[in-house]
Amino acid sequence: MAARPSALRRSGRVLLYAVMILAAAGIMLPFAWMVISSLKQNNQVFTAPVEWIPDPVQWRNYLDIWVKADMVTWVRNTLVLSVAVTLLQVLTGSFAAYGFAKMRFPGRDALFLLYIGTIAVPWQSYMIPQFQMLSSWGLNNTLWAIMLLQAFGAFGVFLMKQYYESIPDSLSEAARIDGLSEYGIWWRIIMPLSVPALASLTIITFVSTWNDYLGPLIYLRDRELWTIQIGLQSFIGEYNAEHALIMTGSVLSVLPIALIFLLGQRYFVQGIATTGVKG
Amino acid sequence: MATPVADDRRTLGLVQPGRPPVRAPRTSLKVRNALVGWTFILPNFAGFAVLTLVPVVTLFYISLTSWNIFGAAQWVGLDNFTRLVGDKSFHTALGNTFYYAALHIPITIVVSLSLALLLNQKLRGAAFFRTVAFFPYITSIVAVAVVWNMLFSPEYGPINQFLSLFVDGEMPGWTVSKDWAMPAVIIVGTWKDMGYYMLLFLAGLQTVPGELHEAARIDGANAWQRFWNVTLPCLRPTMFFVTVMVTIQSFKVFDLILVMTDGGPGQATLVLSQYIYQKGFQQFEFGYASAVAVVLFFICILVTVVQFLYNKRKEA
Repeated sequence: MAARPSALRRSGRVLLYAVMILAAAGIMLPFAWMVISSLKQNNQVFTAPVEWIPDPVQWRNYLDIWVKADMVTWVRNTLVLSVAVTLLQVLTGSFAAYGFAKMRFPGRDALFLLYIGTIAVPWQSYMIPQFQMLSSWGLNNTLWAIMLLQAFGAFGVFLMKQYYESIPDSLSEAARIDGLSEYGIWWRIIMPLSVPALASLTIITFVSTWNDYLGPLIYLRDRELWTIQIGLQSFIGEYNAEHALIMTGSVLSVLPIALIFLLGQRYFVQGIATTGVKG
Repeated sequence: MATPVADDRRTLGLVQPGRPPVRAPRTSLKVRNALVGWTFILPNFAGFAVLTLVPVVTLFYISLTSWNIFGAAQWVGLDNFTRLVGDKSFHTALGNTFYYAALHIPITIVVSLSLALLLNQKLRGAAFFRTVAFFPYITSIVAVAVVWNMLFSPEYGPINQFLSLFVDGEMPGWTVSKDWAMPAVIIVGTWKDMGYYMLLFLAGLQTVPGELHEAARIDGANAWQRFWNVTLPCLRPTMFFVTVMVTIQSFKVFDLILVMTDGGPGQATLVLSQYIYQKGFQQFEFGYASAVAVVLFFICILVTVVQFLYNKRKEA
């Protein structure tokens, strides 16, 4: 009698493992296809049945892509944007979050509500007036437009505020009594304590700027200003029969993000969990 | 808070009638405090106000004008909105948006919650699986769309090759077929987003008290009953947040469709956001495009408010 439930449990767990492995394989399949195809000759990409091992392995694709596509320019522009946006977002976001989380003054809560309220407002609904405004300032077709667009999001404020609220107020109170100014408290006490949240915000902002397609699509027309997403999309249109090379470009566009994600995964997951749980 | 202090002072004789300056330092401290608070918020708020709040407000004004490539904004009242009523393409876009949302919302919630429950079983390799499931969410839409378009390729794509092992007859045309383009887009949308919501659910599951499960188990509840009567009620705040986020995300769906099907074939996957883009940035009818944008704006606000009220009522 005693053996039965445990046997049942064991087979249940085996089933769970099977489900997990199958699901993982299914989820990763597009990436596997991407990498495999990027190493094939072009006429080997679509075959019936599917060849899962490229033969011969075409490492050449990874050289050719730099010649056929303007990858260097795209990567440089994307990098400039991602770094600038991340710096601005982390600095202004964490600064504002201190005001919201650690200080009391009239109008504070109403202001925060305004921030929260915009989460329900999709960017697509106000992209036209925003475009008109930035164009009238002469920022259309410049990288500045994308920086402004991305740098002042409500998300950063929200994430940092959630984290600051978990830091006991007694710390800032004590520093206040010791005569430290509010700016000093933010810089010397709160910032050093919020490294995990800062890491989360940095990674999340960097990745989302790197991946942004719509902003650059609307604002950046000169080829010299293109980001990797816009560049890749135009490459797909131009060389639409070069399946293998397109996959090579895709792998290269995903690779930096994959590395950053794998290295900083812990912070990524924590950041998302913080903004979600208290919602 | 300030009044009792002032009263105390009066009774103690610290405040003389007609001589308020005693209170001045307090007020100036308050003002100073407020100013310092504002300096913290200002750098971000200035950008946020100019780049988000101002455009949202001007959106409504532009939607009431006939602004297009030929001339400056001219007030036309509700003309743009009456034009929407008879615009077939707008109806298609609206219908497609609801089609996408109606499938994407429930499927994403069920799949991501199932994945989260699976991960919560403390299996070996769960951390690895979490990474795998979350990975699509952080990859760029362009790379993802082009891969899926190849996988969905009707004749030589691996998906139809796989399906042909089980099904005889005609295979779905996926992104090149009017009927199958939307399901294809929904599959990719769910695949890409589920990892994010899985993480949110997983974080929510950590807040479910273990004793409750233990108590239910002792009372003889089976796994399904425990899920339905213990886990799900405890997850309600997370469920609320996830539902709101998935809903907004579904109604504003855009870049995925833009790069996968460009709204096609025909108008089979044309959605509201893309219609705004077409009218505004390709045909330069800013006024009319803004009217479509106002519709999208109100749909998103409305569903959020409804879900908020529903959640409130359930909580009470």
